[in-house]
Amino acid sequence: MSEKVLMCGNEAVAEAAIQAGLDAFFGYPITPQNEIPEYMSRRMPEEGRVFVQSESEIAAINMVYGAAATGARAMTSSSSPGISLKQEGISYLAGSQLPAVIVNMMRGGPGLGNIEPSQSDYFQATRGGGHGDYYHIALAGNSVQEMADLMYDAFDLADKYRGPVMVIGDGILAQMIEPVDVFAKKRPPIQTDKSWALGNLKDRSPNIVNSLFLGDNVLENHNLRLQAKYQIIRDTEVRFEATDTEDADLIVVAYGIASRIASSAIRKARKKGLKVGLFRPITLWPFPAKPIAALAGQGRKFLAVELSYGQMVEDVRLAVNGASPVDFYGRAGGSVPTVEAVLEKIEENLK
Amino acid sequence: MSTLVYEKPESLYDRKTHYCPGCGHGVAHRLIAETIDELDIRHKTIGIAPVGCSVLAYNYLNIDMVEVAHGRAPAVATGMKRVKPDHIIFAYQGDGDLASIGCAEIMHAAHRGEDITVIFVNNAIYGMTGGQMAPTTMVGQIASTCPNGRDPLKEGYPMQMAEILSIMPGATYIERCAITDPANIRKTKKAIKHAFQRQLDGENGFNMVEILSPCPTYWRMSPVDAKKHITEQMTKTFPLGKLKG
Ligand SMILES: Cc1ncc(C[n+]2csc(CCOP(=O)(O)OP(=O)(O)O)c2C)c(N)n1
Repeated sequence: MSEKVLMCGNEAVAEAAIQAGLDAFFGYPITPQNEIPEYMSRRMPEEGRVFVQSESEIAAINMVYGAAATGARAMTSSSSPGISLKQEGISYLAGSQLPAVIVNMMRGGPGLGNIEPSQSDYFQATRGGGHGDYYHIALAGNSVQEMADLMYDAFDLADKYRGPVMVIGDGILAQMIEPVDVFAKKRPPIQTDKSWALGNLKDRSPNIVNSLFLGDNVLENHNLRLQAKYQIIRDTEVRFEATDTEDADLIVVAYGIASRIASSAIRKARKKGLKVGLFRPITLWPFPAKPIAALAGQGRKFLAVELSYGQMVEDVRLAVNGASPVDFYGRAGGSVPTVEAVLEKIEENLK
Repeated sequence: MSTLVYEKPESLYDRKTHYCPGCGHGVAHRLIAETIDELDIRHKTIGIAPVGCSVLAYNYLNIDMVEVAHGRAPAVATGMKRVKPDHIIFAYQGDGDLASIGCAEIMHAAHRGEDITVIFVNNAIYGMTGGQMAPTTMVGQIASTCPNGRDPLKEGYPMQMAEILSIMPGATYIERCAITDPANIRKTKKAIKHAFQRQLDGENGFNMVEILSPCPTYWRMSPVDAKKHITEQMTKTFPLGKLKG
């Protein structure tokens, strides 16, 4: 099966999750991700799997916590205000080292904001988001196809590193309809040791899933183990796509839907003879700092383009570390940068 | 010939507890452990420890357990039971955990009729954090955040969760018991066993056993007076007996 069909991002993400072996979905309605729970409510029972519409996002993430604690593949999806509510649970998932997948189709904020596309939850997605010293992998696609593909990776990475993984889109990627083959990356789930899972207590001492660590240095030692895990992830799981960056005088850094707008502007700039490339982070955490650092200097400039007022640009600046000037262009609150405006900004930088 | 009159259940560790003298949590733990042994379900029971004095319940119950965020136990139980329908899933919760911060989760687990058991230990106070007022604190009862006694006009009346939950069609068995004297402790055990048996038999519906439980430390009473207080005072607000099922 490798036929392309037309699907919106939400539905593609949902079907890919099912194909990736999702056992249980828990969610609460919020625009612009409603097609995910709606799709799941129909498809999960068809597959004999679990769908529950929870009473809140807090309940949804805790249902995920419960299902994940038994070793099941569990997932929830939401959009910005709902993701804020899930942060308590995400922190517990990280502390208890439970695999889970969370989809955030970002919308405008702060507060209730609006239901338009946005990339304003970058800080929240890449700095842990909840309380305590933790990170989670954050994967951002830029097409319906890539969003679907990333679901397979998300579940495998969650299992591999025993922790929450966030898949990040926005109102455009959620609603946009594109040709997609949701089976493209289908593979058997990675086999990991799940001897920690609860249930079927036989010939072993009881398992305890827990994020409470009392006593001298006990929590510190637990945290150091988490930090060691995060370092392995930083060293091995960075993903990005670099296009025409080798000869570039200016590198535009953009992820998700912003990268689609940026690449249109770059194409136009190249036609005008300007040497511009695109660097697209796919893992927002771990951020591709080393590959960006390797491109910095050499008289090169950087321009971060986001649907925010400048969040990812901070990571670009940290990566570049003063070796190149880093400019920023972004619009948020539901407004989307136009190709023309990005092109103008590119030209301004190369004047 | 000697007869064995007391034995540690397999599902209970032989450990010193962190509970205060006269606290009811230890008794509640033991009743759960005895029930698990007697029903022979240790291999397929998962317990959920709340945030509260019983946060360390997994140190005492010798079964698979998870510790969860404050008030979220019924949601966690939902996730577990849905993927492990053949397992006995119970959430152990205090009154702050269940009636205050976790009010939405308990209401909706009951509302959906989740096939889980909630052991609701009601001591009418926030024990863990040092004796603050709970939604269940009695009228006139002194707590560290109502130093002049609970004033129902300002702080509301004690919340009767068993009564509230029992009107929901999804809740099929709800009983309120007390850890006061041997007769009532035996009744409590019977109620817990009945609730677990319902899950074991695959009976549909949410079930809860509320246990009025002494907190001598924050009631500022001797353990003996605390038990008397339950019998003479608390049961007026929280009458014992079966509310549903
Ligand atoms: C989100 C959150 N808020 C507050 C607390 C602090 N806290 C810990 S235990 C507790 C009260 C527990 O009281 P109760 O549920 O009645 O149980 P008890 O300790 O009396 O057994 C509170 C408020 C917390 N751990 N997490």
